[in-house]
Amino acid sequence: MSTHTHQGHDHAHDGHEHEGMLEDVELSERARRVLAMEELLAEKGVIGASEVQRLIDFQGARSPVDGARVVARAWTDPDYKRRLLADPEAALLELGYPLVGSAKLAVLENTDAVHHLVVCTLCSCYPTSLLGLPPDWYKSFAYRSRAVVDPRGVMREFGLDVGDGVEVRVVDSTADLRYLVLPQRPTGTEGMSEDELIALVTRDSMVGVGVALAPVA
Amino acid sequence: MARFQPGDRVKVIAAEMATHHRTPSYIKGRVGRVHALSGLWPNPETLAYGADGKPERDLYLVAFDMKDLWGERFDGPAGDVLLVDVYEQWLEAAEASADGGKA
Amino acid sequence: MSGVHDMGGRPNDDPIDQSEHVFSDWERHTHAMVGALREKRIITTDELRRGIESIAPEEYGKLSYYERWAASLETLLVEKGLLAQDEIDARAEALRERWG
Repeated sequence: MSTHTHQGHDHAHDGHEHEGMLEDVELSERARRVLAMEELLAEKGVIGASEVQRLIDFQGARSPVDGARVVARAWTDPDYKRRLLADPEAALLELGYPLVGSAKLAVLENTDAVHHLVVCTLCSCYPTSLLGLPPDWYKSFAYRSRAVVDPRGVMREFGLDVGDGVEVRVVDSTADLRYLVLPQRPTGTEGMSEDELIALVTRDSMVGVGVALAPVA
Repeated sequence: MARFQPGDRVKVIAAEMATHHRTPSYIKGRVGRVHALSGLWPNPETLAYGADGKPERDLYLVAFDMKDLWGERFDGPAGDVLLVDVYEQWLEAAEASADGGKA
Repeated sequence: MSGVHDMGGRPNDDPIDQSEHVFSDWERHTHAMVGALREKRIITTDELRRGIESIAPEEYGKLSYYERWAASLETLLVEKGLLAQDEIDARAEALRERWG
């Protein structure tokens, strides 16, 4: 077993190699402790293996395609969009998406005048029932610390340049409301079907670091 | 009944708190404007220690002007805002400003 | 002084690493166990957050995301008397021997 201790970021290259080795060692120890807790909780009848598996399967089945279906429906059905903005939970249920846990959802509509960007500076709040588990960058120190003070710089890092004529609204999701950005429908998609539109709605566009993809000409 | 309404100017209480709470330090002591009411929620400050979170607290989405909040550190255009979920116990009424509460 | 988790507006110069995460089994299990305990109202989201925030600042930065969850989960299970610390230690050690 490695006895190296973490030396910080003083020596960029060496430091990264050490970090990698150290992480492998720590991961396996942490994995053992998680499995130990899981076995003990099952033996005591607190939570069973089937319950854990059911939740693993549920979360594994969630992905940004779920959110994309909601967005595409809102693009094609103005009445649905109104319901989605007014009562997101009821509108999600219409499409068969119950929210899990105690969290509620709010939908932030991007327009020609306003662009929303979502962050959780205190932890990692994210609409997992519609987007799946969050990407690492969403949970990273770099994103969490910077999105609230330099949102336009953060978006540029993701390749998105929001013009000065558009108001940027950063939402710091500190409570138990989960925010889904409703991106703008790209131009040139007028004749497209809902399924074709779904393919244009990226995860990043529903967090606000991106916009929906343009259709392939 | 929620104590504040959309458009009200509010100041975030500048308390240091070692126990669990959901008010980021960067808005403590700062003045914003109620953007929206987000309903009643169990209080995270007691939920975090095994209690039931009762009584529930009103939650607000509070808007802070980026330039006002960060000064020179913010280099984007005027008009950009930061919206933060803040529970009612962290808010107090702020004086109306000379610009008629625009900020 | 606010906690290390309270990082909004205190950036360093690091770029945002946009690489996609490949989940390990133990991470999925950690997430699911927390979900199951939450469903049964044995723990709350805010307790999990509080457990994460109680990780020492020098440790917080070293742990990966789900390592923080797992550490918090362990804190909470012991605190609530559902599992004993030495029981978890012993079982983890037994697993180490079982796996070689």
